[in-house]
Amino acid sequence: MSGFVLPTPPDYAGALLLARNVTMRFGGVTAVSDLSLALPAGAIAGIIGPNGAGKTTVFNVLSGFYTPQEGEITFDGASIRGKEPNDICRLGMARTFQNIRLSPQMTVLENIMVGCHVRRHCPWWMAPLGLPRFYREEEELREKGRRLAERVHLSEQLDETAGSLPYGAQRRLEIARALATEPRLLLLDEPAAGMNPQESLELMHFIGHIRDEFALTILLIEHDMKVVMGVCEYIWVMEYGALIAEGTPDVVRNDPLVIRAYLGEDVVVQNA
Amino acid sequence: MSFEMFLQHCFNALTLGSLYALIAIGYTMVYGILRLINFAHGDILMVGAYFIFFGTFAFGWPWAVAAVISVLAAGLLGVIIDRVAYKPLRDAPRISALISAIAVSFLIESLAVVIFTGQPRPVLQPEWLTNAWQIGNLRITHLAAFVPGMTIILVCILLYIVYRTKPGLAMRAISKDIETTRLLGVKVDNVIALTFGLGSALAAAAGIMWALRYPQVHPYMGVMPGLKAFIAAVFGGIGSIEGAVLGGVALGFVEIMTVAFMPELSGYRDAFAFILLVLVLLVKPTGLLGERMEEKI
Amino acid sequence: MRLDRNTFLSIATMVIFGLVLWQAETFLGDYQIYIAKLIFINIILALSLNLIYGFTGLFSLGHAGFIAIGAYVSALCILPPAQKEIMWILEPIIWPFSDLLTPFWVSVLGGGLFAGVFAIFIAVPVLRLGDDYLGMATLAFAEIIRVLIVNATPITNGSLGIKGIPGHATLLVCYGWALFTLIVLARLCYSNFGNVLRCIRDNEIAASVMGINVFWNKVLSFCIGAFFAGIGGALLGSHLSTIDPKMFNFLLTFNVLMFVVAGGLGSLTGSILGATVITILLEWLRFLEEPMDLGFIEIPGIPGMRMVVFSVVLLVIILKRREGIMGTRELTWNRIFAFFRRLERREKA
Repeated sequence: MSGFVLPTPPDYAGALLLARNVTMRFGGVTAVSDLSLALPAGAIAGIIGPNGAGKTTVFNVLSGFYTPQEGEITFDGASIRGKEPNDICRLGMARTFQNIRLSPQMTVLENIMVGCHVRRHCPWWMAPLGLPRFYREEEELREKGRRLAERVHLSEQLDETAGSLPYGAQRRLEIARALATEPRLLLLDEPAAGMNPQESLELMHFIGHIRDEFALTILLIEHDMKVVMGVCEYIWVMEYGALIAEGTPDVVRNDPLVIRAYLGEDVVVQNA
Repeated sequence: MSFEMFLQHCFNALTLGSLYALIAIGYTMVYGILRLINFAHGDILMVGAYFIFFGTFAFGWPWAVAAVISVLAAGLLGVIIDRVAYKPLRDAPRISALISAIAVSFLIESLAVVIFTGQPRPVLQPEWLTNAWQIGNLRITHLAAFVPGMTIILVCILLYIVYRTKPGLAMRAISKDIETTRLLGVKVDNVIALTFGLGSALAAAAGIMWALRYPQVHPYMGVMPGLKAFIAAVFGGIGSIEGAVLGGVALGFVEIMTVAFMPELSGYRDAFAFILLVLVLLVKPTGLLGERMEEKI
Repeated sequence: MRLDRNTFLSIATMVIFGLVLWQAETFLGDYQIYIAKLIFINIILALSLNLIYGFTGLFSLGHAGFIAIGAYVSALCILPPAQKEIMWILEPIIWPFSDLLTPFWVSVLGGGLFAGVFAIFIAVPVLRLGDDYLGMATLAFAEIIRVLIVNATPITNGSLGIKGIPGHATLLVCYGWALFTLIVLARLCYSNFGNVLRCIRDNEIAASVMGINVFWNKVLSFCIGAFFAGIGGALLGSHLSTIDPKMFNFLLTFNVLMFVVAGGLGSLTGSILGATVITILLEWLRFLEEPMDLGFIEIPGIPGMRMVVFSVVLLVIILKRREGIMGTRELTWNRIFAFFRRLERREKA
């Protein structure tokens, strides 16, 4: 838990991702209001909050699906507000989804290779020409896919269809596919959803490992408090689209506002 | 162009537009509930026209009786089509149902060719419809008044059913959220059958009037009106009955008036509707009165 | 490239098949050759639509439009100028079409390129639409193309159509182009580019998050599909020797769609099987419309019966076996060998 330094104004030195005063409205509904967060490179941080707090909307804004009405988002010093999701990915941001979005009929390897596409050099028209360079690169991508599959313990299932995998394996596959885009920042949307305690524990270790191995910065949304508290170095807490607290896990754990938002009034009373 | 000519064109446009509107309603209702383009809808129009043709000619029924029977029979046909070809595919990808609809459409057309032969047959217009009012140079056939009038009556009946009766309420509920409606104890399949029945009946009514206006019937008579009425439904905002009426009338005016004012374009007449469709889809994909739908991420 | 067993078998099959077709005239009648050519052309059309719909998930109902463009461009390229002058009776043909005369292969490529370029103009506006809206918009464009062809009399001879197109599309030529289509599409679809297209088909949002420019890849797939549809159209025109605007109506698109659905969306070998089986079925069903003599009773032919049976078959396929013959699987050598091994084992047991 050491080494986390929150980037601070005025220059937010060390911030890989910086959102300032972001507001996102849908019609009359404000899904995210005046949200600011600064994520230093190399950190593992989390966004928590009750259902409907706007966490996933934050991810959708960061990854380029929505353009916020107000505020500024910078990634590695450059503004990404209003950029297309595919351009943002090219810059080095990858994400997974709360509801898994794999191609169920494609094999594990093929799914991962889709992620490799963004970093390839040979254009499409080389494929029908059968140029050796193209096939060499194809083979490289396949090899990269195999390595990543091994990394998420899916080597045995390389040629099985993604749809046939158990739920936890599908989540790991989605992470592998995201890693294939060679991101610097990885957004994980509820990675432990639907996992049993044992799997969640493994996931916690896994997240820590891939951060070190791939030199990643990780931002995650999670409901499972054990995972959040166990792996995150810094936590932002949202309620009704706004930040209500932030800090290290210990600070957040003891924040009365957070406890009330999360667990309801009675728990606060009990603690008191 | 004289004012009389202009009025004459207006009546033509209104007649054509009413027919498009009646057909478009069937598309829009089915699409609103099942998100399915019922490709066979235009062919039901053809079947309705053939029913009345045979009712009056072969069986010698009075015109009105034959009309009512053919409308009812077409409604029943719509229900049967839904049961056989669409119901088994409710949980399948939407495109499967669409392909099934295309297959049904071809089946009805080719069955019509087998049973009625491909030969167009002339339709006798009842005398009370061919008479005309002569006002100066303006000549309005009773048919030109009958078609819009009948359309207004039918649309009013439909709107009453949809907005003032229980099955209508169920219909509107299903179009918002089919699963929740099912959980609330509504017999969804019956309501869907009713929707197909109503839509098909209206299509048959349109088919009868279409056959009166272009006095002949043939197995492929429903294809073009069907496609264009679908475009009208999209133009008005698919899923909305009022939109379908508006879109139908608008399309009628576009087709008639463009040719009236620019006769040199008459060769392109069939393309207007399609160009309109492309433009609408580009500018406002949800149509004039349609609701916005977005995919949840 | 290393020549492994499967590649060797594929090449050997292609060559042997080519040799057999080369000698086909010695053992096949005119009618059989006519059907065989139609099968190869239909294979090209099916493969091209499968790329667009089966692999990329773009529900396009505008295939007939691209086929028409290919057929007309090619016909204009290979029809001798003298013949054109005689045939255009409504309005004289305009230059440069009047003097155009190219080798057949140039005309086929030209037809494909024209269709492909035209597809860009359709793709850019409509490919933002989803599913059935896209279907309707592409159908609308196909109809617009048809109306344009009817009205562009100085180029297309209007509704009279073009007759007497030279029959350069021999059996071997059709086979060659079908092979070309198959190889190009197989290489595209089974490289990572194909994975990307399939990812777009399954989940556009996931694809865009993976850094894939969804729109650009859709346009690309659509245009490549249109290119091959144009090639198919060029061959079709030369094969039938007569084309007119009525030919390229929705029924043609529907036929091609059937090949693809029957064979399996997202399976190239499925498209080949689907096109072959349905083409033969459609020809075979012609007996329904001819008078039948059963010895003791003579049944008159019923016009239209063929399409009735055909629609019912299609309906049954979509209701009972939605995934078609192959599903998304491919018929590969490995599969064939595995099949024979299983047979062998069963025999031993």
